[in-house]
Amino acid sequence: MKFGVAVYPGSNCDYDTYRVIRDVLKEDVQLIDYRRTDIDHYDCIILPGGFSFGDYLRPGTLASHTPLTGAIKDFAKKGKLVIGICNGFQILTEAHLLPGALMPNIHGKFVCRHQYLRVENADTPFTNQCEEGQILKIPIAHHDGNYFVDEDTLRKMEDNGQIILRYCDEFGNITEEANPNGSIRNIAGVSNEKKNVFGLMPHPERASESILGTEDGLYILRSILEYHS
Amino acid sequence: MLIKFFIKPRKGVLDPQGRAVSENLRSLGFDNVKDVKVGKYIEVYLEEKNKEKAVEQAKEMAKKALVNELIEDYEFEVVED
Repeated sequence: MKFGVAVYPGSNCDYDTYRVIRDVLKEDVQLIDYRRTDIDHYDCIILPGGFSFGDYLRPGTLASHTPLTGAIKDFAKKGKLVIGICNGFQILTEAHLLPGALMPNIHGKFVCRHQYLRVENADTPFTNQCEEGQILKIPIAHHDGNYFVDEDTLRKMEDNGQIILRYCDEFGNITEEANPNGSIRNIAGVSNEKKNVFGLMPHPERASESILGTEDGLYILRSILEYHS
Repeated sequence: MLIKFFIKPRKGVLDPQGRAVSENLRSLGFDNVKDVKVGKYIEVYLEEKNKEKAVEQAKEMAKKALVNELIEDYEFEVVED
Protein backbone atom coordinates (compact mmCIF):
# COMPACT_ATOMS: atom_id res chain seq x y z
CA MET A 1 0.00 0.00 0.00
CA LYS A 2 1.28 3.46 -0.86
CA PHE A 3 0.88 6.23 1.74
CA GLY A 4 1.55 9.93 1.30
CA VAL A 5 2.08 12.24 4.28
CA ALA A 6 1.27 15.89 3.57
CA VAL A 7 3.88 18.41 4.67
CA TYR A 8 2.74 21.99 5.20
CA PRO A 9 4.95 24.71 6.67
CA GLY A 10 4.49 24.14 10.39
CA SER A 11 3.46 20.48 10.23
CA ASN A 12 5.40 18.80 13.03
CA CYS A 13 4.08 15.24 13.26
CA ASP A 14 4.92 14.53 9.62
CA TYR A 15 8.11 12.58 10.34
CA ASP A 16 6.58 10.66 13.29
CA THR A 17 3.79 9.55 10.99
CA TYR A 18 6.17 8.76 8.14
CA ARG A 19 8.38 6.69 10.46
CA VAL A 20 5.52 4.63 11.85
CA ILE A 21 4.23 3.79 8.37
CA ARG A 22 7.73 2.90 7.18
CA ASP A 23 9.19 1.12 10.24
CA VAL A 24 6.18 -0.30 12.07
CA LEU A 25 3.66 -0.96 9.29
CA LYS A 26 6.52 -1.53 6.82
CA GLU A 27 4.56 0.05 4.01
CA ASP A 28 5.59 2.35 1.20
CA VAL A 29 5.38 6.01 2.28
CA GLN A 30 6.49 9.39 0.97
CA LEU A 31 6.33 12.96 2.28
CA ILE A 32 4.44 15.33 -0.05
CA ASP A 33 5.21 19.04 -0.27
CA TYR A 34 2.15 21.30 0.08
CA ARG A 35 2.78 22.88 -3.34
CA ARG A 36 2.42 19.58 -5.21
CA THR A 37 -0.71 18.24 -6.87
CA ASP A 38 0.43 14.91 -8.40
CA ILE A 39 -0.97 12.49 -5.83
CA ASP A 40 -3.10 10.04 -7.83
CA HIS A 41 -0.61 7.18 -7.37
CA TYR A 42 -1.16 7.10 -3.58
CA ASP A 43 -3.75 4.89 -1.89
CA CYS A 44 -4.06 6.94 1.29
CA ILE A 45 -3.08 10.51 2.16
CA ILE A 46 -2.40 11.43 5.78
CA LEU A 47 -2.62 15.06 6.93
CA PRO A 48 -0.42 15.11 10.02
CA GLY A 49 -0.53 17.10 13.23
CA GLY A 50 1.24 20.35 13.87
CA PHE A 51 0.60 24.03 13.44
CA SER A 52 0.37 24.50 9.69
CA PHE A 53 1.01 28.12 8.72
CA GLY A 54 1.31 28.95 12.41
CA ASP A 55 -2.44 28.49 12.94
CA TYR A 56 -2.78 32.00 11.45
CA LEU A 57 -6.38 33.19 10.97
CA ARG A 58 -7.82 29.86 12.25
CA PRO A 59 -6.12 26.46 12.64
CA GLY A 60 -6.05 24.74 9.26
CA THR A 61 -7.45 27.63 7.21
CA LEU A 62 -4.38 28.60 5.21
CA ALA A 63 -3.35 24.98 4.65
CA SER A 64 -6.84 24.26 3.30
CA HIS A 65 -6.18 26.72 0.43
CA THR A 66 -2.91 25.18 -0.80
CA PRO A 67 -2.42 23.30 -4.10
CA LEU A 68 -1.95 20.01 -2.24
CA THR A 69 -5.21 20.34 -0.31
CA GLY A 70 -6.96 21.18 -3.60
CA ALA A 71 -5.61 17.92 -5.03
CA ILE A 72 -6.64 16.05 -1.85
CA LYS A 73 -10.24 17.26 -2.40
CA ASP A 74 -10.26 15.65 -5.86
CA PHE A 75 -8.52 12.56 -4.45
CA ALA A 76 -11.25 12.22 -1.79
CA LYS A 77 -14.01 12.69 -4.39
CA LYS A 78 -12.70 9.58 -6.15
CA GLY A 79 -13.36 7.62 -2.96
CA LYS A 80 -9.70 7.28 -1.97
CA LEU A 81 -8.71 7.29 1.69
CA VAL A 82 -7.82 10.51 3.50
CA ILE A 83 -7.08 10.75 7.22
CA GLY A 84 -6.42 13.96 9.14
CA ILE A 85 -4.81 13.79 12.56
CA CYS A 86 -5.14 16.77 14.95
CA ASN A 87 -4.14 19.76 12.79
CA GLY A 88 -4.92 17.50 9.81
CA PHE A 89 -8.48 17.17 11.16
CA GLN A 90 -8.69 20.97 11.42
CA ILE A 91 -7.48 21.28 7.81
CA LEU A 92 -10.12 18.78 6.62
CA THR A 93 -12.97 20.71 8.28
CA GLU A 94 -11.67 24.02 6.89
CA ALA A 95 -11.47 22.38 3.44
CA HIS A 96 -15.11 21.26 3.88
CA LEU A 97 -14.12 17.63 3.41
CA LEU A 98 -15.56 17.01 6.89
CA PRO A 99 -18.52 18.74 8.57
CA GLY A 100 -18.13 20.95 11.64
CA ALA A 101 -15.33 23.06 13.07
CA LEU A 102 -12.68 22.77 15.78
CA MET A 103 -12.84 25.62 18.25
CA PRO A 104 -10.45 26.53 21.09
CA ASN A 105 -10.65 24.15 24.05
CA ILE A 106 -13.41 25.16 26.45
CA HIS A 107 -10.98 25.79 29.35
CA GLY A 108 -8.59 27.80 27.17
CA LYS A 109 -5.67 25.47 27.90
CA PHE A 110 -3.48 23.30 25.73
CA VAL A 111 -4.19 19.69 26.67
CA CYS A 112 -1.54 16.96 26.33
CA ARG A 113 -2.28 13.55 27.83
CA HIS A 114 -3.23 9.94 27.22
CA GLN A 115 -6.93 9.75 26.48
CA TYR A 116 -9.47 6.93 26.41
CA LEU A 117 -11.67 6.77 23.33
CA ARG A 118 -14.69 4.65 22.53
CA VAL A 119 -15.08 3.26 19.03
CA GLU A 120 -18.61 4.19 17.96
CA ASN A 121 -18.51 2.71 14.47
CA ALA A 122 -16.23 -0.23 13.67
CA ASP A 123 -17.53 -0.59 10.13
CA THR A 124 -15.29 1.97 8.44
CA PRO A 125 -12.01 1.82 6.49
CA PHE A 126 -10.30 3.29 9.57
CA THR A 127 -11.78 1.16 12.38
CA ASN A 128 -12.50 -2.27 10.89
CA GLN A 129 -9.87 -3.87 13.16
CA CYS A 130 -11.74 -2.59 16.24
CA GLU A 131 -14.92 -3.82 17.87
CA GLU A 132 -17.81 -1.45 18.33
CA GLY A 133 -17.58 -0.12 21.88
CA GLN A 134 -13.87 -0.97 22.15
CA ILE A 135 -11.84 1.40 24.31
CA LEU A 136 -8.60 2.74 22.85
CA LYS A 137 -5.90 4.64 24.70
CA ILE A 138 -4.25 7.20 22.42
CA PRO A 139 -2.57 10.53 23.29
CA ILE A 140 -4.08 13.91 22.50
CA ALA A 141 -2.14 17.19 22.28
CA HIS A 142 -4.04 20.25 21.14
CA HIS A 143 -5.36 23.71 21.91
CA ASP A 144 -8.22 23.70 19.41
CA GLY A 145 -9.97 20.36 19.64
CA ASN A 146 -13.41 21.49 20.76
CA TYR A 147 -15.53 19.97 17.98
CA PHE A 148 -18.66 21.88 17.06
CA VAL A 149 -21.38 21.19 14.54
CA ASP A 150 -24.98 22.38 14.30
CA GLU A 151 -27.67 20.08 15.71
CA ASP A 152 -29.26 19.22 12.34
CA THR A 153 -25.97 18.14 10.81
CA LEU A 154 -25.04 16.28 14.00
CA ARG A 155 -28.26 14.27 13.88
CA LYS A 156 -27.61 13.33 10.26
CA MET A 157 -24.05 12.34 11.10
CA GLU A 158 -25.20 10.18 14.00
CA ASP A 159 -27.86 8.47 11.86
CA ASN A 160 -25.27 7.81 9.17
CA GLY A 161 -22.62 6.41 11.56
CA GLN A 162 -20.20 9.26 10.96
CA ILE A 163 -19.32 9.70 14.63
CA ILE A 164 -16.38 7.30 14.80
CA LEU A 165 -14.70 8.06 18.15
CA ARG A 166 -15.84 9.68 21.41
CA TYR A 167 -13.83 10.70 24.47
CA CYS A 168 -14.64 8.39 27.37
CA ASP A 169 -13.30 7.26 30.74
CA GLU A 170 -11.31 4.04 31.18
CA PHE A 171 -14.55 2.04 31.42
CA GLY A 172 -16.00 3.49 28.24
CA ASN A 173 -18.43 5.91 29.90
CA ILE A 174 -19.08 9.08 27.93
CA THR A 175 -18.94 11.67 30.68
CA GLU A 176 -18.30 15.38 30.96
CA GLU A 177 -15.21 14.69 33.10
CA ALA A 178 -13.78 12.50 30.35
CA ASN A 179 -14.23 15.25 27.79
CA PRO A 180 -10.83 16.98 27.51
CA ASN A 181 -11.83 19.99 25.44
CA GLY A 182 -15.60 20.66 25.47
CA SER A 183 -16.36 18.83 22.21
CA ILE A 184 -20.06 18.48 21.49
CA ARG A 185 -21.24 14.99 22.64
CA ASN A 186 -17.60 14.08 23.44
CA ILE A 187 -16.77 13.74 19.76
CA ALA A 188 -13.12 12.88 19.06
CA GLY A 189 -13.29 11.68 15.45
CA VAL A 190 -15.73 11.91 12.54
CA SER A 191 -15.96 10.81 8.93
CA ASN A 192 -17.61 12.19 5.83
CA GLU A 193 -20.82 10.64 4.47
CA LYS A 194 -18.98 8.10 2.31
CA LYS A 195 -16.59 7.17 5.19
CA ASN A 196 -13.46 7.55 3.06
CA VAL A 197 -12.39 10.76 4.84
CA PHE A 198 -11.66 10.55 8.56
CA GLY A 199 -10.53 13.24 11.01
CA LEU A 200 -9.54 12.74 14.63
CA MET A 201 -7.84 14.80 17.33
CA PRO A 202 -5.92 11.88 18.97
CA HIS A 203 -2.53 10.87 17.55
CA PRO A 204 -2.42 7.18 16.44
CA GLU A 205 1.19 7.67 15.29
CA ARG A 206 2.19 8.42 18.90
CA ALA A 207 0.58 5.18 20.06
CA SER A 208 2.04 2.61 17.68
CA GLU A 209 5.07 1.25 19.56
CA SER A 210 5.10 -0.38 23.00
CA ILE A 211 7.96 1.84 24.17
CA LEU A 212 5.50 4.76 24.01
CA GLY A 213 3.11 3.10 26.46
CA THR A 214 0.31 2.14 24.09
CA GLU A 215 0.00 0.53 20.68
CA ASP A 216 -3.70 1.22 20.27
CA GLY A 217 -3.04 3.59 17.37
CA LEU A 218 -2.20 0.51 15.31
CA TYR A 219 -5.86 -0.56 15.38
CA ILE A 220 -6.57 2.47 13.23
CA LEU A 221 -3.51 2.22 10.97
CA ARG A 222 -3.96 -1.54 10.45
CA SER A 223 -7.64 -1.01 9.61
CA ILE A 224 -6.50 1.09 6.65
CA LEU A 225 -4.27 -1.77 5.44
CA GLU A 226 -7.04 -4.32 5.91
CA TYR A 227 -9.52 -2.17 3.98
CA HIS A 228 -7.10 -1.77 1.11
CA SER A 229 -6.05 -5.45 0.87
CA MET B 1 -10.26 51.20 -0.53
CA LEU B 2 -9.88 49.75 2.92
CA ILE B 3 -12.08 46.94 4.21
CA LYS B 4 -12.34 46.63 7.98
CA PHE B 5 -13.52 43.24 9.20
CA PHE B 6 -14.82 42.78 12.74
CA ILE B 7 -15.03 39.09 13.61
CA LYS B 8 -16.31 37.64 16.88
CA PRO B 9 -17.43 34.26 18.22
CA ARG B 10 -20.93 33.49 17.03
CA LYS B 11 -23.80 34.12 19.41
CA GLY B 12 -24.40 31.04 21.54
CA VAL B 13 -20.94 29.62 20.85
CA LEU B 14 -18.75 29.48 23.93
CA ASP B 15 -15.85 31.94 23.98
CA PRO B 16 -13.27 30.79 26.56
CA GLN B 17 -11.08 33.82 25.96
CA GLY B 18 -13.99 36.20 26.44
CA ARG B 19 -15.01 34.41 29.62
CA ALA B 20 -11.50 34.62 31.06
CA VAL B 21 -11.21 38.32 30.23
CA SER B 22 -14.65 38.96 31.70
CA GLU B 23 -13.62 37.28 34.98
CA ASN B 24 -10.38 39.26 34.95
CA LEU B 25 -12.20 42.58 34.53
CA ARG B 26 -14.55 41.72 37.39
CA SER B 27 -11.58 40.83 39.59
CA LEU B 28 -10.25 44.33 38.91
CA GLY B 29 -13.42 45.80 40.38
CA PHE B 30 -15.49 46.29 37.22
CA ASP B 31 -18.47 44.60 38.87
CA ASN B 32 -20.92 45.68 36.18
CA VAL B 33 -19.19 43.68 33.39
CA LYS B 34 -21.90 41.35 32.04
CA ASP B 35 -20.02 39.59 29.28
CA VAL B 36 -16.96 39.90 27.06
CA LYS B 37 -16.42 38.65 23.53
CA VAL B 38 -12.89 38.49 22.17
CA GLY B 39 -12.67 38.57 18.38
CA LYS B 40 -10.44 39.67 15.55
CA TYR B 41 -9.99 42.86 13.60
CA ILE B 42 -8.61 42.58 10.07
CA GLU B 43 -7.74 45.37 7.62
CA VAL B 44 -7.59 44.57 3.92
CA TYR B 45 -6.22 47.29 1.63
CA LEU B 46 -7.56 47.04 -1.91
CA GLU B 47 -6.46 48.57 -5.19
CA GLU B 48 -10.05 49.36 -6.05
CA LYS B 49 -11.88 52.65 -6.61
CA ASN B 50 -15.37 51.20 -6.93
CA LYS B 51 -16.99 50.81 -3.52
CA GLU B 52 -19.67 48.37 -4.67
CA LYS B 53 -17.03 46.06 -6.08
CA ALA B 54 -15.10 46.29 -2.83
CA VAL B 55 -18.23 45.33 -0.87
CA GLU B 56 -18.80 42.31 -3.11
CA GLN B 57 -15.18 41.27 -2.70
CA ALA B 58 -15.36 41.70 1.05
CA LYS B 59 -18.27 39.27 1.27
CA GLU B 60 -16.40 36.77 -0.87
CA MET B 61 -13.22 37.09 1.20
CA ALA B 62 -15.19 36.54 4.37
CA LYS B 63 -16.87 33.46 2.96
CA LYS B 64 -13.78 31.91 1.38
CA ALA B 65 -11.20 32.59 4.07
CA LEU B 66 -11.55 35.25 6.74
CA VAL B 67 -14.61 33.93 8.58
CA ASN B 68 -15.90 30.49 9.52
CA GLU B 69 -19.60 31.25 9.71
CA LEU B 70 -20.31 28.05 11.61
CA ILE B 71 -18.57 29.51 14.67
CA GLU B 72 -18.05 33.20 13.93
CA ASP B 73 -20.15 36.31 13.23
CA TYR B 74 -18.74 39.25 11.33
CA GLU B 75 -19.37 42.75 10.14
CA PHE B 76 -17.34 44.85 7.77
CA GLU B 77 -17.13 48.36 6.52
CA VAL B 78 -15.53 49.71 3.37
CA VAL B 79 -13.85 53.09 3.61
CA GLU B 80 -11.51 55.16 1.41
CA ASP B 81 -7.96 54.72 2.64
